[in-house]
Amino acid sequence: MKGQSMKFLKACVSLLAAVSFPVFANDIAPDAMIKQVSDEVLQIVRSDKAIQAGDMKRISEVVDAKMLPHVNFTRMTSLAVGRDWRSATPQQQADLGAEFKTLLVRSYAGALSNYRDQQIVFKAFKMKPEETDVLVRTDVRQPGAQPVAIDYNVMKTPDGWKIYDVAVAGVSLVTNYREEFGREIRANGIDGLIKSLRDKNRSAEQAKK
Amino acid sequence: MTICRRLLVFCFLFGLMGGASAQEGFRDPRDPWEKFNRGVYAFNDGMDAYFLRPVAVGYTEAVPLPARTWVSNFVGNIGDVWTAVNNLLQGKPANAASDVGRVLINSTLGILGTFDVASEMGLEKNEEDFGQTLAVWGVGDGPYLVLPLLGPRTARDGSALVVDLYADPVGYYHSVPVRNVIGGLRVVNTRSQLLGADRVLETAALDKYTYTRDFYLKRRTYLVYDGNPPREAEEE
Repeated sequence: MKGQSMKFLKACVSLLAAVSFPVFANDIAPDAMIKQVSDEVLQIVRSDKAIQAGDMKRISEVVDAKMLPHVNFTRMTSLAVGRDWRSATPQQQADLGAEFKTLLVRSYAGALSNYRDQQIVFKAFKMKPEETDVLVRTDVRQPGAQPVAIDYNVMKTPDGWKIYDVAVAGVSLVTNYREEFGREIRANGIDGLIKSLRDKNRSAEQAKK
Repeated sequence: MTICRRLLVFCFLFGLMGGASAQEGFRDPRDPWEKFNRGVYAFNDGMDAYFLRPVAVGYTEAVPLPARTWVSNFVGNIGDVWTAVNNLLQGKPANAASDVGRVLINSTLGILGTFDVASEMGLEKNEEDFGQTLAVWGVGDGPYLVLPLLGPRTARDGSALVVDLYADPVGYYHSVPVRNVIGGLRVVNTRSQLLGADRVLETAALDKYTYTRDFYLKRRTYLVYDGNPPREAEEE
């Protein structure tokens, strides 16, 4: 009898652990997630000799490994493309996503390579439990300069909170691209946009060599 | 000051001419003078690459960080006076009082403004100018405008710049060399803070001109609304 109930209890515990553990991992609050990721990235940027010497490939690897798992790129790309996204074929969407990702990772890596004495300060963050789309506000402070506001739009997904837009000094990255992309699509269609993104990425690749 | 005003007049005239010569293809309604603006943008870009940027790079390399911080705080403290006036004109007396407090604290405890003690005491720096005041009073942006050497503005902000220049306390200081040194420090300080951002623009933008324009216009809206602009409807 005692053995039976012990077994039952054990089963309950393991079931509970199995169910609650992933929930716990995904339950990390959006501001805590961003803090954790940016702390991790900044620590690497500050301590890695290759990055300090300006090795863009190394920074891009760090961004890829640490940052990208927390970004919803499909949503970011679809928002940047705007209403033309729906008329794009799956292949075009995939191409747009891939080229846009390359462009953003390189730009972000470039910005990070300038980080030395910067300090990220998180502004007060409050959210209601039922919210699924929130704004996490931070200030990047550096000695001798005005702080720059960097705000993250974060959405809830089945596997945790994901960033889908970043606003620098109050300007959303996604909307800024939406205007640029919109012009390109109006002039040369979706394939034209893919081509100019590809050309841009390629010329940056060439310049690095 | 007179040179600046002449430049403005010059710009307006050329802007109108640029606007008159219609351009092929899509034209942004916010930027009817695009052709002219692109010309000035290219000119500014060249001046920057050959003159201003190298000076800013030299400045950051030659002057140690603490000294650059003093410079930044010093020119920022002078700017806070006009910020206070604009906050008052915009009907934000609490912010204006905070700005006045900042100037008083930083000019004394902060040793002529070289230390930003007020920020550490919780009086945050505000960013206001007469262009924002006009916006709060209901004046629209007007067409986008790129000024020679001064860079992106809107017609409203470009006109407001004349008022900003007249109101600048440094302009009334009796010693010409001091005025020039402070003017020079302002330019170099501002440009040196944009080192890094300029590189990101280089990598991130498909077209630097439009990327800068869109960024500037959004940034202005953000400032006019003091960091809380009405959220645009997202389209997917």
